[in-house]
Amino acid sequence: MLAMLAQGPATVSALSEPLGVTVTAVGQHLRVLEHARLAASQKRGRTRYCSLRPDGLRELERWAQQCRTEWEARLDRLGAALDELDPPAS
Amino acid sequence: MPVIHDSFTLDRSFPHSRERVFAALADPALKERWYADETMEPQGSEMDFRVGGIERQRYVLREGSPFPGLALENEGRYEDIVEGEHVVVSTSMAFGGRRISTSLLTFELSDEDGGCALRFTHQAVFYEGADGPEMRRGGWETMLDALARSLAS
Repeated sequence: MLAMLAQGPATVSALSEPLGVTVTAVGQHLRVLEHARLAASQKRGRTRYCSLRPDGLRELERWAQQCRTEWEARLDRLGAALDELDPPAS
Repeated sequence: MPVIHDSFTLDRSFPHSRERVFAALADPALKERWYADETMEPQGSEMDFRVGGIERQRYVLREGSPFPGLALENEGRYEDIVEGEHVVVSTSMAFGGRRISTSLLTFELSDEDGGCALRFTHQAVFYEGADGPEMRRGGWETMLDALARSLAS
């Protein structure tokens, strides 16, 4: 469903047909994705439109998380480089 | 344009002397051994390790990384250095020619049983629009691939 939404916004029924599941099932998936802040939906008239949430803030949170992960790995490499220079007594 | 701020602290213990750990921060040849990972191809660096001194690193991301061919550039300034105690650096990062963040990095060293403790504090502001449309799309594809792999396993 995420892969389909990556192509662009779609209605719930447009998602349900190719996925071969009911509109209700799509609605349940959508709630999970919205809760994870991966997707957003908006009701216009009787139709619900879904889209990915690639908004700026989400991307920034991702960058911040990436930065933290990178530093954890970097300090691990620092430890490994120190061990290589002065093998710890075992 | 919105920005976000993020701070985190990492603690590490190393079974090595404080002098040695400090040297790994202060000596360009030692720092090169751990600073970049294997996805980053070094394209030159400079490091003037004194208060007010500038450090620059430039890398190009290799094949197999999420954004092969893109340049990653850091430019920082040593704000404070106390030998064997701490190093403070302010630094900005550009990714694919766009400025993505500015950070204050603090490395604090202390003695502990059998070695040296390092406390690293990272305080940063991340700029919106930093990633750009192609990178954003690339990021989504990477994320969807990772999601697909995790679901398949």
